[in-house]
Amino acid sequence: MPVPEMLEFFVDPGRCIGCQACIQACSECDTHKGQSMIQLDYVDRARSTQTLPVICMHCDSPTCAEVCPADAIKRTEDGVVQTARKPRCIACNNCVLACPFGVPKMSTRMNLMMKCDMCYDRTSIGLKPMCASVCPSQALAFGTRAELAKLRPGSKPVNTFQFGRQTIRTKVNVMVPMGVRREIVDVTAAMYEPTIGRDILDDAFFEEALFEEASLGVREP
Amino acid sequence: MNASKDLLPMPELELEVIREFGPTLAYGSGLRADSGVEPDRYVKTHCCFCGQQCGVQLAVKDNTVIGIEPWYEFPFNRGMLCPKGIKRYLQQAHPDRLLHAYEKDPGTPSGFKKLGYEAAIRRVAEAIERIQAEHGRDAFAVLSGASLTTEKTYLMGKFAHMCLRTANIDYNGRLCMVSAGAGNKKAFGIDRAANPWSDILGAEVILIAGANIAECAPITTNYVWQAREHGAKVIVVDPRITPLARTCDLFLPIKPGRDAALFNGLLCLMIENDWLDHDFIERHTVGFDAVRAQVREWTPERTAAVTGIAEKSIRQAAEWWGRAKTSFLLHARGIEHHSHGVQNVLSTINVVLASGRIGRENCGYATITGQANGQGGREHGQKCDQLPGGRELGKPEHRAYIAQVWGMSPDELPQPGVDAYEILRKADTGEIRGLLSICFNPVVSLPDNNFVRAALSKLDFYVAIDFFMSESARYADVVLPGSLQEEDDGTVTQTERRIVRINKAVDCPGEARQDWHIIQDIAQALGRGRGLTFESPRAIFEELRLASKGGVSDYSGVTYERIEESFGVFWPCPSETPEGVPAPGPQGTVRLFEPGSWNPVANGAGPFYFPDGRARFQPTPYVGPAEDVDADYPIILTTGRVVSQFLSGNQTRRIGPLVDHYPEPRLEIHPRLAARYGISEGDWTRVESRRGSCTLKASVLETIRPDTVFIPYHWGGRKSANQLTISAQDAISKIPEYKVCAVRLCKSQAPPQYAEVLQPQQ
Repeated sequence: MPVPEMLEFFVDPGRCIGCQACIQACSECDTHKGQSMIQLDYVDRARSTQTLPVICMHCDSPTCAEVCPADAIKRTEDGVVQTARKPRCIACNNCVLACPFGVPKMSTRMNLMMKCDMCYDRTSIGLKPMCASVCPSQALAFGTRAELAKLRPGSKPVNTFQFGRQTIRTKVNVMVPMGVRREIVDVTAAMYEPTIGRDILDDAFFEEALFEEASLGVREP
Repeated sequence: MNASKDLLPMPELELEVIREFGPTLAYGSGLRADSGVEPDRYVKTHCCFCGQQCGVQLAVKDNTVIGIEPWYEFPFNRGMLCPKGIKRYLQQAHPDRLLHAYEKDPGTPSGFKKLGYEAAIRRVAEAIERIQAEHGRDAFAVLSGASLTTEKTYLMGKFAHMCLRTANIDYNGRLCMVSAGAGNKKAFGIDRAANPWSDILGAEVILIAGANIAECAPITTNYVWQAREHGAKVIVVDPRITPLARTCDLFLPIKPGRDAALFNGLLCLMIENDWLDHDFIERHTVGFDAVRAQVREWTPERTAAVTGIAEKSIRQAAEWWGRAKTSFLLHARGIEHHSHGVQNVLSTINVVLASGRIGRENCGYATITGQANGQGGREHGQKCDQLPGGRELGKPEHRAYIAQVWGMSPDELPQPGVDAYEILRKADTGEIRGLLSICFNPVVSLPDNNFVRAALSKLDFYVAIDFFMSESARYADVVLPGSLQEEDDGTVTQTERRIVRINKAVDCPGEARQDWHIIQDIAQALGRGRGLTFESPRAIFEELRLASKGGVSDYSGVTYERIEESFGVFWPCPSETPEGVPAPGPQGTVRLFEPGSWNPVANGAGPFYFPDGRARFQPTPYVGPAEDVDADYPIILTTGRVVSQFLSGNQTRRIGPLVDHYPEPRLEIHPRLAARYGISEGDWTRVESRRGSCTLKASVLETIRPDTVFIPYHWGGRKSANQLTISAQDAISKIPEYKVCAVRLCKSQAPPQYAEVLQPQQ
């Protein structure tokens, strides 16, 4: 049974609290037990507690599959890009290097590229993927567009991304503030915007906190 | 080996003990690692860790829990789980699990040798008999815990008060819930969260004080975010930018230990701007005038100077809170773990009462419980001054009722005893000679734990009931193998005060026994088994229903069936109500203090639990921390949790994937402070207080006040933050002041000795 069309995946990094429930849940999957297919990183821990979960975005036209010389990576009819087929995968690493989102992982132990298949065993029978089931902040959410629109009136889903000259449409959506007019997230352009991720937190404790410089004094123990 | 012992002069750090009993790390292996394994069954139950008590299904095959499956129907968490809840199954069938009783034996490498279960019970009974005969009944003490089911906590109270007849029983909620409990009783006459969490969703302003929700109560995050999606403003009071504070609307970076000052300042601004609900104050409260007079001096200027928060932020918070139509105030250990924790709690209640926003939909107040049964565990008689149903040992009519339920004379019940820390002080002075502990790891969890070690070492006899050889059990003369949460049935009362069912998934392994069996076996061996012959947790619950009947914490109308049918029942849930008073619905009393609601104390006079039905404003004069910084110890230390570990780590430090997430405690320090000491990211740093010292790696972060450092407390031995903390306690609640003490720092020239010999979790 294919993934019911009305159920979609939504990622909202603004909600993420970095708890790693998604990683722990992903590693419970029957097909890759003990190993998580999700990356969750601090953006800049020295400055902020902000974290960012990355799951496979399930591209309409997956770069990983396009660069695969062995034609090992298949996309299901309902748009789920799967782990490489074991008999075909030659562990060349092309997909790992080419994916613009940095998703596929090479299992050197198994000589196989492994990645998120959106818990196909669950989603194909109408259950939520494990990560979106457990996520305590619902930064990873799974449901219908109508449900999401009702739950999150202040944001909207976007599923088109620009990497230089490559435009990518994905099955997975990223939530952006409703006020954002662009319908495309230009990832590479944003990398060069100097203010991103900096302004907001700069000097939080200098603006908002009062403390005595004298109390920071160093004394010999 | 002897050299190592010299390097690590703590019994729990002797390498042979660690070699035999861990903590070692469990990862999925065998059945748990195989693909395509179909479980025999799924057991609907709840997480064994925090007070949220998320519903979860345990996948069971061949008497082993092999994994988890979300339980989407359970309304509190609807399938959501934090990393601890997902990996908790790895604690079961763990290689460190105690399968036998042990007794101390200096002749063995680890210092312990196996002992048959029956022989161990006999040894314990003989020791209790001897100590009580020689030194009096109160010389034998009991330390219990709030991660136990309510049935077990009821049994522990009955065991202490009726079987041992000792005054000295207390529990580890003393480290956790007591400031909130005492504050709630003083202000509302009842110790319970006022509202279900669904009331968070519709609140206009959510004020979170001293609660690292994202890491300590992760599921609550979605409630807060969901409220914000619909326009709620989120205000966070914390010395650190916690993950939830990162995107809050207003962050109040308070200096640890100054909470009452902040809330007095907020109330001062509410009064000055007339952001008050005069009608509510007039009709439903007493004591406002005294509080008004007392907070007058808390001008924004003074509040800013004391709290370390910019004045404009204080004004903004007061305005948002003051003008809101609906609101929810949540607090947790951050304001409660103080030598004036009750005052802090009352200061937050004052701003709630002044706003009149309580007892209605989307108008709420609650403390977030820490332990699995942080609520139920503090209601039914294992606190030093308490009897079941929230009754008091000091009240003759309460003694009479319980004595009648138990079939004994009220005169045979002991008088109120002393709190958990005081029990250890009495062990130190020799007044208490014997101790039984269950579900309590004081060597890691109590402050100034070098003192705790010394006190435990002085006991004539110490018996610990535990499922793993905890750091504290290593001090015991006899260790009895108890049960994990998944090995027993029962109920717990979670953070919303919803009573939920814990369902047994697997049997106890080896000679391990369900805790209530062990306690009853000891009572039998003492020849004092009367009243302790229950055959099941359900039988205990049935007696608890009767024992709680008519008390404030009334469970008499609650049954296991009703809990399962309604996804939990909120107490109070009396089996009978007076004529004309409607009985609570199937879910019990979901929201407290609703207009026109009846309770047995006010008896119709008003919604609050006092004879006049009115809530109490209480003056909350600000008093600073017991130990403020000075020239010798110039830095504030505060302590807390990380998301992947739980309490003293006796369970979570044995679960591989959780340890990998955050392996060892690190010192969080602001770069400005770090620069003063020449400390860089990852440097070994020595932290020293008047009570002990600790050398940890530094994490240099801008997310903490520059005058404060933070250490998570889940580790034992030389890594324990509680070597440094102070045992100063709140005068009313007796909660220790974990959240603030004075330390000094220096960059360490060499790694600590433990770094060479111990694994991260050890």
